[in-house]
Order: sequence, then C-alpha cells, then structure tokens
Amino acid sequence: MTHPAAMQADNESMFRILHAIFKRDLRVYFRTRGAWLNPLIFVLLVITLFTLGIGPDAKQLASNATAIIWVVALLGIMLSLDALFRSDYEDGTLEQLLLSPRPLYFAIMGKVAAHWLVTGLPMLLASPLFALMLGIPISIVPLLALGLFLGSGILSFVGAIGAAVTVSLQTGGLLIALIILPLYVPVIIFGAGLLQYALEGWSVAAPLMMLSGLLCAAVVLAPLAIGAGLKISMDS
Amino acid sequence: MANWQWFHRLGSPKWLLATLDRWLPWLLSLGLLMLVGALAWGLAFVPPDYKQGNSFRIMYIHVPTAVVALAAYYAMAIAGAVAMIWRMKVADMVMRAIAPVGAALTFLALVTGAIWGKPTWGAYWVWQDARLTSMLILFFLYLGVMALYDAYSDRRNGNRAAAVVALAGTVNIPIIYKSVDWWSSLHQPASIKFTEQSAIASEMLQPLLLAIIGTYFVFAAMVILQLRLQIVLSEGRSNWLAEYATNKLR
Repeated sequence: MTHPAAMQADNESMFRILHAIFKRDLRVYFRTRGAWLNPLIFVLLVITLFTLGIGPDAKQLASNATAIIWVVALLGIMLSLDALFRSDYEDGTLEQLLLSPRPLYFAIMGKVAAHWLVTGLPMLLASPLFALMLGIPISIVPLLALGLFLGSGILSFVGAIGAAVTVSLQTGGLLIALIILPLYVPVIIFGAGLLQYALEGWSVAAPLMMLSGLLCAAVVLAPLAIGAGLKISMDS
Repeated sequence: MANWQWFHRLGSPKWLLATLDRWLPWLLSLGLLMLVGALAWGLAFVPPDYKQGNSFRIMYIHVPTAVVALAAYYAMAIAGAVAMIWRMKVADMVMRAIAPVGAALTFLALVTGAIWGKPTWGAYWVWQDARLTSMLILFFLYLGVMALYDAYSDRRNGNRAAAVVALAGTVNIPIIYKSVDWWSSLHQPASIKFTEQSAIASEMLQPLLLAIIGTYFVFAAMVILQLRLQIVLSEGRSNWLAEYATNKLR
C-alpha cells in the first residue's frame, strides 16, 4: 500500500509535470511563429483553392462549405502534427521525458494539450473568416467555432498517436496521413453533421454531444497509445 | 490448478512452427471442402429469391468475406494487445500475418458488394450506405497498419508500432457496427440475428452459415501460411530452424 502522503506527492507531481510541459511547449510555440500561424495560412489557402475549383457561385459554395471547412481543418492539423515530437526527439528532450520518474501519461497530456491550444484556438478565432469566404450564415459561426475547437482537440490527441509511432522514421508526413486519416472519420461525420444540422435548423445537441464525448475519450485514452508509440520510437 | 503450459509454449516459435505445419493441411482442406460445398449448395440448389432473382447468390461470397474481414481486424488488434502486454514476439508475428489476409478479404467484400449493388440498387457504389463506407475505412485501416510496419527497417519495432495503431483503430469498429443505425440507408438492415427469428429464409441461410465457417477455416489457413513466413523471416539465422528444415526435406 502506498502511504497517503506519498500518494499526495504523486498527485502533485502528476499535475506539476502536466503544467510544466504545457507551459514550456506554449512558450516554444509562441517563439516560433510558424507553429501556430502556418496551419491557419494553410487552411485559408486551401479554402481559396477550393473556391477557385468550384466557381464563384455562392449557392454552390455554401452547399459544399461544411465538407470543405472540416476536411481542410483536418488536413491542416494533421500536417502540423509531424513536428509535434520531432524536435524533442532530435535534441534528446523526449528521451529525458521517457527516463523521468514522473508519469509520462501526464507529460504527454500537457504536450498535446499545448498543441491543441495552439492549432485549435487560431481556427476558432478565424472561423468567422471561413464562414465569410464560403458563404455560411453568420448566425452559425459560434457553432462552427465551437465545433472546430472541440474537433481540433480530438484531431490533436488522436493524430499524436500517428506522430508518436512515426517520429523515428524519415518518411513521416505521408505515413501519418495513411495511419491517422481513417481514425478521423467520426470527427468529420459529427463535425460536418453539426454544421449541416445547424444550417437545416435542427437541434444540434446530438452531434455536439458526440463531439464532446469523443474529445473526452481521446484526451483520456490517446496518451496511453502515444506513450507506447514514443517508447517504441525511442527503441529504434 | 490450471495448466498454463500451452500458453507458454505459444511463445516458442519452434514449437509453434511444428504445430502449424501439422494443422495447416487439415484446416486448408476442411475449409476448402466446406467452401466448395456451400458454394455449390448456394449457387445451384437454393431457390432464387422472389425479389432479387439469382443475383442474391453472390451473398454466399460477399457475406462470409465481410464477416471474416471484420473479425480479422479484431483478431489483429487482440494479437497486438497480447504482444504489448506480455511482450510475446509470436503475437507480433500473428498480428503481422493477419493484416494482409484481412486486407484481401476486405477488398473481396468491397468488390463483391459493388457487383451485387449494380443489379440490386442500380449502382456499383452508393455513398448513402454506411456499411459500404465503413468497409472502405476498414480497408484503409488495414493498409495503414501494413504501411507502418513496412516503414520500419527493424521488424520488431515495426510490429510493435503497428500494434499500437491497430489497437487505436478498434475505435472505428463500433462505428462500423452502429453505422447501420446511425445513418438512414439504402442497405437492408442486418438480417442474420441470433436472438430473434432470422429475416432470411432458412434454406438460404444454411449454406450461408456453412460458407462463413468455411471462410473462417480458409482464413486461418492463410494466416498460418503468412505466420510461417514471418517465423522463418525473423528466426532465419537460428539453428533449430535449419535443423527443422533439413529434417523436413529429408
């Protein structure tokens, strides 16, 4: 049996490592502008390309808007994931994290949460812009923003599994896509469904609850898989 | 006291290879026999469907491949979990052996489904149907697992990484099962039920069940073939393997 005082110390060290890694990663992200700006620029760029491909007809754009926004956001976040563990792997930080007596689970949670904040928050803030570009009614923007924020959390946590198992490989980017995109299916179904329901004027409770539930599951379960993946990557 | 010897033996590639060699001919011939019997029964002796005519007979290939393709994913994920929890290298190999066979079955299920869809729905591919889409996703999941273990130059690490991804992919399986309820679809709802009376006529059902069991046997035989290859590839330098092979050839 663990002594109560020791257990308390354990609890403290869990949150301390989560907090420390979270803060450190945020600091690193804000010092490298590309980390949070590039995914956003990517999304805006691809939305522009979609528009050019579909044509200027506002009605047709609006009818495709839900799919475009979600697929593009998903790709943007996925591409940013390749860098999630890369520099830590290369400079040895990751090895220290794995060797540390503090729980890896919470360190990973802090790390991915920082990534979520840094990719999800810009998407949330830019969602009025997405709506404007694709002719989605402004009244739906809050739902779009909320959906993108919840969704990007799922995308970050699930996608980090792919980043973890490929970090030691040279051919990271495309491989992550192959592994992770099938797992993103529920997110796109409920994310695009949320917008579709809102546009039709139906109750959005169901897709919103599904997204929230998936997010909870991803936050709790994904760090286990990410940890296992990182350990394997460290061995090779 | 329970006898756990069999479990520990499973961890020995040497014992496993000898056992697989003994099982393979039986599994393969029994499976093929059942499959041929079921297909002859289903294709020639079952009366035509009152609505679909003869086109429903592709069901005797489509349904078994789809059922086993799904079960194979579970088997792969379970093998991956065993490999991660007990660090059994044989479980790694089983996982790796299942992946290409499962992918092939999924592909077969997709193709036969498309062929069946043309006369029944008037189109090879219908996106409204959730099960088609889910099978396609399952196919991609298999390909992702295979791409990952191919990307690693170290076999063992590749297998372990693929196990992580296979386990994460099981999240998708409930969605495949629930998809029928979640989306309105053109597809008929699942019609084999074990709890209630089946919606399918029993004379049509009997050869179908036989075909499913036969497909499981053939699947097992194919996995064993792959597994033998995996054992040889990863134990290629060991003495016992050379000894075993020379004994076999003699």
